[in-house]
Amino acid sequence: MYPQVLFQNRKSDRIATLEEYRQSGGYQALADVLKNRSYQDVRQTISDAELLGRGGAAFPTGMKLTSVAEDAPFPRYIVCNADEMEPGTFKDRVLIHADPHMIIEGMILAGYAALAEHGIIFIRPEYENAARILEREIAVARKQGYLGPNILGSDYCLEIVVHRSGGRYICGEVTAQLNALMGKRPNPQQPPPYATEKGLWGMPTVTSNVESLACIPHILRNGQQWFKDLALTQSAAGTKIFAVSGKVNRPGCYELPMGVRLSEIIEEYAGGMPDGSEFKACLPGGASTCFLPREHYDIAMDFQTLRDIGNRLGTGAIMVFDQKTCLVGATLNLIEFFTRESCGWCTPCREGLPCIREILQRIENGQGEDEDITRLERMCKHLWNAYCALAPGAASPVESLLKYFGDEVRQHIRQKQCPFKESQ
Amino acid sequence: MLPEKIKHRLEQQIAGAEHPRELVVDVMFALQEHFGYLSDEAVAEAAGMLDMTPLEIEELATFYTFVYRQPVGKYVIHVCDSVVCWMNGVESIKDYLCRQLDIADGETTADGLFTLLPVCCIGYCDRAPAMLINKKAYGHLTPEKIDKILEKLKTEALQKTE
Ligand SMILES: Cc1cc2nc3c(=O)[nH]c(=O)nc-3n(C[C@H](O)[C@H](O)[C@H](O)COP(=O)(O)O)c2cc1C
Ligand code: SF4
Ligand code: FES
Repeated sequence: MYPQVLFQNRKSDRIATLEEYRQSGGYQALADVLKNRSYQDVRQTISDAELLGRGGAAFPTGMKLTSVAEDAPFPRYIVCNADEMEPGTFKDRVLIHADPHMIIEGMILAGYAALAEHGIIFIRPEYENAARILEREIAVARKQGYLGPNILGSDYCLEIVVHRSGGRYICGEVTAQLNALMGKRPNPQQPPPYATEKGLWGMPTVTSNVESLACIPHILRNGQQWFKDLALTQSAAGTKIFAVSGKVNRPGCYELPMGVRLSEIIEEYAGGMPDGSEFKACLPGGASTCFLPREHYDIAMDFQTLRDIGNRLGTGAIMVFDQKTCLVGATLNLIEFFTRESCGWCTPCREGLPCIREILQRIENGQGEDEDITRLERMCKHLWNAYCALAPGAASPVESLLKYFGDEVRQHIRQKQCPFKESQ
Repeated sequence: MLPEKIKHRLEQQIAGAEHPRELVVDVMFALQEHFGYLSDEAVAEAAGMLDMTPLEIEELATFYTFVYRQPVGKYVIHVCDSVVCWMNGVESIKDYLCRQLDIADGETTADGLFTLLPVCCIGYCDRAPAMLINKKAYGHLTPEKIDKILEKLKTEALQKTE
C-alpha cells in the first residue's frame, strides 16, 4: 500500500469532518505559516516542492504564485477551479466529497502566498452536492477563525465563496472562467495581460485546480523534500489521484505515487480488466490526451515520462479501451464532445471540428475513402492554430488514432463498414 | 409576474454584491426555477435587475447547458453521451428511455413531466452509464433501474399536485 496523502481521511460512506481533518494534522500548516512564515517563504517552499498543476496543463504552481508581483495592486483573487468537465475526469468531485477542509486550507495558504483577500470556488452545476458541502464547510471554517478577518489572530484576511457555473466545458479554461465569473460570455482571452497581473475585475488572480490546492497544506507541513520523495520517478513530485474508468473491474479514484506504472494501476488497483477483455489502448489523462497503445502499457505515469512519448498526463483520468471497442467510434464520440463544447469564438475550432466529425462519421459508416486520412491530418493541423487550448486538445485523440491505429482506420475504409459492428 | 418575495430576495442579494453581474447565473437559475424555464419575461426581469441589456442575458442564456430558454418538463433528464458512457452502452439506455417516455431526444412528454436532453460527461464515469435528473446523479443504469426511477418520480409528482 502506498502512502495516502490527499485521501488519508477518505471514507467509503461519508465526508471527513473538521475534527477528523484536524486530527490528521489539518490546519497545522495554516497556524504555523500565519505565525512564523512570510508569504515569500510560502511561495518558495511550493516552488521547491516542484508541484505541477493537476488541472491538465502541469504548470508549476510556485511559479504562478511568484508571478503575482510584489507591488501588484489589491484586492487580489484566489480561484479554485472545480469545473472538471473533461470526459473521464471525476477526481475533484471525489476529493471534495472526501475531505473538503483540505481544499479550503490549501486555498487559504495559496491565497496567503498571493496575498489574496477574495477566494472563489468555481464549480460546475452537475456538482450541486459538492457545492453545498463546500458552502457548509466554509461556514464551519469561518466559525473556527480559519476564514474571515484576521485569520487565527494574524493580519491576513480571506473570504471564500462558491460560484456556480451554468455549465460549459470551456468555463474550465482559466481565461474563459474569469469571463464567466464576471458575468460575461465565457470566451477565452489570450494573454497578455496574464491573469496573475490583470485577472478578475482587472486585479491579480491566481487560479488553481482542486487537487493542486489540496497538496499545499501537506507540502508546507512536511517540507518540499518529503513531497518530492513521494514520487517514484526522479523528475516527478507528489502523489496523483488517478480516476480510472472504462473497461476495468473497479472504476474509481486511486491515489498513487507519481511515476507508478500504468499496468500496476489497472491490474492492482482498478481490479484488472473484465473477463474476455484485453488492453487495447487508454487515454491517460482525459479526453484531450493521446491514445496510448499497448506497447506503453508499463509506462511510468508522470508528466515528464508521458511527455517523452509525445503524450500528456493531463488530469490523470485514465479511460481504458479493450480490443472489442472501435477506436474510430470512440474518437468520433470524443470529437462530438469537443464540437458541442467549442465556444465558437475562432474559426479553426468552430469550423474544423464539425468537419473532422463528418469525416470520422463517414469512415465509421463505411463511406470513407483513402483521402480522408490526409484530410483528417490536415484539419488537425488547423486545430493547432486555434485561439485557445481546447482545439489542440481535441486534435490529440484524432492524431494518435491515425498514428497508432491507422490500420484500424484503413480497415473501416477498405471493408466499407465498421469491423467491430458484428462483435458489439 | 415574478412574485414580490423572490424579486425582493434577489434584489437584496444583488445590492450586497460588489459587482452585480457576477450573480447573473444565480439569477437566471432562480428565475428558471420559478418560471420552469428562462422565459422571455424572465430574460427581461434578469436584465432589469442586473442593469444589463436583454441581449446580454440572451447571449449567456443560450451559452449555458443548464439554462433552458424553452419550456421543459418538471424533470429534466440529462443522459451523458460522452465516451465512457458510450463504451458502457449508453445508446441502448437512451433508446430504452425514449421508448418508455415515448419521446425523442430534446422532447418533452405529453404530460409535461419529463424532458430528455443529451449532455456531455457529468463526472460520474466510474458509474457509467450515468444520467442527471434535476441535477441529481444516477449511475450504473439498466432498464430495470430506469423503470424504478421513472416510477418513483411519477409518484412523487402526483403526490405534489394532490
Ligand atoms: C478547454 C479547457 C478546459 C479546462 N478545464 C479545466 C477544469 O475543468 N479544471 C481545471 O482545473 N483545469 C481546467 N483546465 C486547465 C486550466 O486552464 C488551468 O490550467 C488550471 O485550472 C490551472 O490550475 P493548475 O495549475 O492547478 O492545474 C482547462 C483547460 C482548457 C483548455
Ligand atoms: S479554440 Fe474553440 S473553444 Fe477555444 S476560443 Fe477557439 S472556438 Fe473557442
Ligand atoms: S463519460 Fe459519462 S459520466 Fe463521464
